[in-house]
Amino acid sequence: MDLSNAELARYARHLILPEFNIEGQKKLKASSVLVIGSGGLGSPLLLYLAAAGVGRITIVDFDRVDDSNLQRQVLFGMADVGRPKVEAAAARLRSLNPCIEVTSLDTQLTSENARELVASHDLVADGTDNFATRYLVNDAAVLENKPNVYASIYRFEGQISVFNALLPDGTRGPNYRDLFPTPPPPGLVPSCAEGGVLGVLPGILGSLQALEVIKVLTGIGEPLSGRLFLFDATTFTTRTVKIRKSPNNPLTGEQPTQTELINYQEFCGIGLAGEREASEPEIQEIEPQQFLDWRETGRKFKLIDVREPFEAAIDSLGGELIPEGSVLASLDRIPREMDVVIHCRSGVRSARVIRLLEAEHGYKNLVNLQGGIVAMNNLATQ
Amino acid sequence: MATLLIPTPLRKFTGDAGAFESQATDVAALLTDLAQQHPNIRQHLFDDSGELRSFIRVFVGDEDIDALSGTATALAPDTQVSIIPAIAGGSTHL
Repeated sequence: MDLSNAELARYARHLILPEFNIEGQKKLKASSVLVIGSGGLGSPLLLYLAAAGVGRITIVDFDRVDDSNLQRQVLFGMADVGRPKVEAAAARLRSLNPCIEVTSLDTQLTSENARELVASHDLVADGTDNFATRYLVNDAAVLENKPNVYASIYRFEGQISVFNALLPDGTRGPNYRDLFPTPPPPGLVPSCAEGGVLGVLPGILGSLQALEVIKVLTGIGEPLSGRLFLFDATTFTTRTVKIRKSPNNPLTGEQPTQTELINYQEFCGIGLAGEREASEPEIQEIEPQQFLDWRETGRKFKLIDVREPFEAAIDSLGGELIPEGSVLASLDRIPREMDVVIHCRSGVRSARVIRLLEAEHGYKNLVNLQGGIVAMNNLATQ
Repeated sequence: MATLLIPTPLRKFTGDAGAFESQATDVAALLTDLAQQHPNIRQHLFDDSGELRSFIRVFVGDEDIDALSGTATALAPDTQVSIIPAIAGGSTHL
């Protein structure tokens, strides 16, 4: 694959790198990368892959750009708020480098489309934000014999590795299932509401991801296969630990039990009504329209907002603010003799608060506002 | 004295401490010591049968204890032990 004069000029700093030179550049041009997620990790990852001259990049994301993304998702600007992320991302990458081909897929990666998408690229880069998609990406990469460049972040901490890399002896390196065979059940790890992330952290990890993608595609250096790199930004501590192949890996172990993709929502215990009933008691809920009806008809109830003060400062339904963490210290403000509607941003925290109050303090008059303030805003814009 | 490094997601059970020091001489004793001093961390490390959870890995130096002697792995003085949990990112979809 030859390089045009424009490309020779654009990639001059690569071409004069002895270890990279024109051969490395041609390999990049002939390569294709599937990037899952164009958020915090995907932003620097995509920018560097496009700038470096990866010939074909496909971006998969179903999200829209939100104000709260701009603190870390440097692909986007104010004008992109509300646009599909893949559309804004592809436009940005094309303006950065017209010599490459960018395809945007405004869709969710699923068990139905994952294998075909992975199979039609040389490498997949995982910049997602949830366990279900991470296991899906890993399993699809293993089943299609593609390397999976993985990075993940939480607050001030990041992890990165290259999974399923082709080794010099022709075998494949360890994959995500060798490290973590199964995901944590919902509720056992801190949720998004308690999470948060320092904006620059995905910038660092996503850049490291781009580095490993380029190394794997060009064959330069030693990719981070069989090793997990850990970065703690608070103390600037870095560690690299060894990942070994597990004989119990359901895909690549001694007795594989899985030969195709599975239902990853179920695998991660998400959205299963039966499961939820088994582990968590049902709570009373109210839909946004019904909530409006209650207000309009003057029905007597108390509204409590369990979000954080900074969230209530942005928009509020006028409820009394008792952040989730201070609910137990504020029982005197939660009456028992009338309906109490509790809400948060999306309905997750408020449901948790209701379960806690019912289980530990015998409340029977609490009602969760389904979908929280997000659903109320959606109703208002319909 | 072994030093156990606590990952961010578990620090809310250790009073925000990122490291835990112990005179324990093997991994099992070190984790037991941790769980005794910070009882709320126990359910995040061990399942009901007392096994380490599948989304938590423990490393002595850079080596997974599964490749050593599991929780019976002996700890020399000044050994660094890491608890490494699966982290997924900041999804708002879960």
